[in-house]
Amino acid sequence: MSVIEAGSEIPDFTLQTEDGEQFGKQDLLGQTSVLVFYPFAFSPVCNDQLTLYEEVLDEFTERGATLYAISTDARWSQAAFKEKLGSTVRQLSDFEPKGAMAKSFGVLHEGGFTQRALVIVGPDGVVKWSYQAPSPGELPGPNLIFDGLDAAAA
Amino acid sequence: MEEPNDLRSAPLPPIGAADHLRGDAAWPLLIVYADFTCPRCALAHERLRAKPLRIAFRHFAIAAKHPRAVPLACAAEAAGAQGRFWEFHDALFEDPAHTDDPHLWEHAKKLGLDLERFELDRRTEEVAGLVRAQTRGGMRGGVAVTPTLVLEDGTISPGPPEPGLIEGLTK
Repeated sequence: MSVIEAGSEIPDFTLQTEDGEQFGKQDLLGQTSVLVFYPFAFSPVCNDQLTLYEEVLDEFTERGATLYAISTDARWSQAAFKEKLGSTVRQLSDFEPKGAMAKSFGVLHEGGFTQRALVIVGPDGVVKWSYQAPSPGELPGPNLIFDGLDAAAA
Repeated sequence: MEEPNDLRSAPLPPIGAADHLRGDAAWPLLIVYADFTCPRCALAHERLRAKPLRIAFRHFAIAAKHPRAVPLACAAEAAGAQGRFWEFHDALFEDPAHTDDPHLWEHAKKLGLDLERFELDRRTEEVAGLVRAQTRGGMRGGVAVTPTLVLEDGTISPGPPEPGLIEGLTK
């Protein structure tokens, strides 16, 4: 299984927001979205990843990109994780059924959690760029996302 | 120091005037991207200390990660303006539980710094810009965690150095 490739239309999916609301494909249309798949709330690398992206979040916004952090953690765990980090990136839970959305995007680890991966989705719902870290322990820097946004705009 | 105006990938900056260097010029060069609030950086400091390596220190200070990351980096630069960067660097890593302003003043006093000048220097735009430029320059080059070590051949090694890595560099 590998991450969904550029040029593919994203599949339908249903996730839960921190508030328990449903969030799906329709919510991504009309904007450029960066889907940040991360393995585990509160794990060291995920802490580093989300704080690093938070540091330059204004610049992602200036580039017209909206970030979403997605994992197979329950929404309650994600909400606590977000609060602990002081993060403002919206969290989306792929918990019920666990990993269904990650699987459809090709980023479900055989261990049942999300791979560390990035997917840029265009306003038309088509993947513009994607990246999967060689291992869940490797943190893709924000430079890769900015490169991806360039590629998406080309 | 010129500040990168974007965050797309770019090679890490070469060693320049803003870099703090310690160790014999004949020893292997190791660039260390670090944050004074980071326990893993303190561990790296401990492991690298007294090794026959030429260390270049660069800031990777992420405010979103720790509220004292940038202030401590700026304080070290202010000490550097009085020629005591490395002593201040060591003091911060060796006393990680004390990072409030009064603790910085204590470190400065112990090092014989002009405290008034230290207080002014650590709040200048120039110092803030240098810390920011080093951090962003690191990001562009693929640095994403602290510490990150950059070997002479350009290899990027995230995390505290394992003994085998140090042995390989120093043999």
